[in-house]
Amino acid sequence: MEGDAELQDLYREVLLDYFRSSTRKGKVDPANLRAHGINPVCGDELEITAELRDGKVAKLRYAGHGCVISQASAAMMAEALEGAEIPKAKSLVAAFKKLMLENGDVAGLPEELEPLASLEGVRKFPLRVKCATLGWNTVMQGFEAAK
Amino acid sequence: MSRFDAAKYRADFPILKRLVRGKPLAYLDNAATTQKPRQVIEFLTRFYETHNANVHRGVHTLSEESTNLAEAARGKLALFVGAPKPETLIFTRNATESLNLIAHSWARKFLKAGDTILSTEMEHHSNIVPWQMLAAERGIKLEFVPVELDGTLDLAKVKAALAKGPKLFTFTALSNAIGTVNPVLELIKLGKAAGAVVSVDACQWAPHKPMDLKSWGADFVSFSAHKMLGPTGVGVLWGREELLDAMDPFLGGGDMISRVTLEKSTWNELPYKFEAGTPNFADQAAFAPALDYLSDVGLDAISAHEHELAEKARAILEAEGMTVLGPKDPAKRSGVVSFNVPGLHPHDVGTAFDLEGVAVRVGHHCCQPLMHQLQCGGTARASFYLYNDQSDVDSFARALKRTLEFFRVGPKAGVS
Repeated sequence: MEGDAELQDLYREVLLDYFRSSTRKGKVDPANLRAHGINPVCGDELEITAELRDGKVAKLRYAGHGCVISQASAAMMAEALEGAEIPKAKSLVAAFKKLMLENGDVAGLPEELEPLASLEGVRKFPLRVKCATLGWNTVMQGFEAAK
Repeated sequence: MSRFDAAKYRADFPILKRLVRGKPLAYLDNAATTQKPRQVIEFLTRFYETHNANVHRGVHTLSEESTNLAEAARGKLALFVGAPKPETLIFTRNATESLNLIAHSWARKFLKAGDTILSTEMEHHSNIVPWQMLAAERGIKLEFVPVELDGTLDLAKVKAALAKGPKLFTFTALSNAIGTVNPVLELIKLGKAAGAVVSVDACQWAPHKPMDLKSWGADFVSFSAHKMLGPTGVGVLWGREELLDAMDPFLGGGDMISRVTLEKSTWNELPYKFEAGTPNFADQAAFAPALDYLSDVGLDAISAHEHELAEKARAILEAEGMTVLGPKDPAKRSGVVSFNVPGLHPHDVGTAFDLEGVAVRVGHHCCQPLMHQLQCGGTARASFYLYNDQSDVDSFARALKRTLEFFRVGPKAGVS
């Protein structure tokens, strides 16, 4: 049925797996990157904490409540950024935002962002793009503040 | 069901014929805005095609026709809400502006530092934020009657808060977020007995339940045309005449003056003192056929019909083990059903419902303090109106079932 296919296209299995996973949920303490993001449309709040060490994102966690899309996107982001050099982490954020906001090419995604291709379907729902980018915008604020 | 002929009314609403994502539209977002019958749409077209001219200015024929149509709507509205005089009804852009008008033109003039404004935790942001802004500017205290966990107000707590002598008591007649019907007349009486000026946010009341402003005894009542089949961009503030007379204008400019010299100006009479600039006269005029439509169907019949549909939706939700907010007692409920799917965020519920053609509102419904008190970040909300029928309840049930199956959530699902 059409509705089912659309639902499956938006909420791909990979996305639901990340949503249900709690691997990188929580808070890093002590943290030297802290950022708080709010989606004013729905009131969802997300707290990103990370330990930056030796120019790298040593550990990154997300906490808060949100929809499948925002939570799964934050989980995938935590996985992709952990271990990355800070400039590399920032370039991954830029690459993801390009995918979501400028209709970037999925094939051109850096390999660290491979699971993020599952968010491709969200682009057909402009109101939900903000859910997907919440974590990424929040972590960028954190990088700016941690300078 | 009684003889309420929803099918006949549905035929008057062109938008209800469209498909959404390949499915017939089930429009259940009426608390946000209602759809418009062709009587209103055609009136608006006819207005622009035959009468359009600026009001209260020219001596030419079109200006006179335009003015008469815009003022006829005010007269009709006065009868509809039982206002003592049409000129005590001020047209604004929306109910938010109506509430801001009270804050700006009444409270700013008559309240002083140390005075208290009393509201409730059940309010829409539009009945919180203007008072917060004023409180910060003028050193006025702001207090809120707490909301109970079942989404009602405890009258003993209202009395206790009123006993502290607030100068203004401003509250919602019917909760937009969870559908609680407040005991409006009782609350007005308590407020007046305590010596407060009483302001009622009737946004969710006016489209669904009769009101008689003459006997209500309130001082200010705000509501909005677009939630009652009328055009967007037309809000209403009713005020007691003595208060309106004593207040200063809201905005300055054309139409609101009596005489202007470079040194000073004097104000026009009611209601124009509060309607600066070219008003939204076409939409104002087109409010009249919306009021006619509601009068023909009858507010009591509408209220009973939507309550019946909403209670059916509530029964479906409760049978599936969903969390339904608001009072258990059907007598305290309206055509609004606010709920949560355990384990799933309201936005995902909203998207899954949309894919079934079912339009529900999700999120905090501009009531973040209320959501906080009820310990949820947001809800999904279905709100019914006169053109909804059993087919919408069926679509709602189907969308819910599909959502639970797809996301494997809810009490009946296994581990998710």
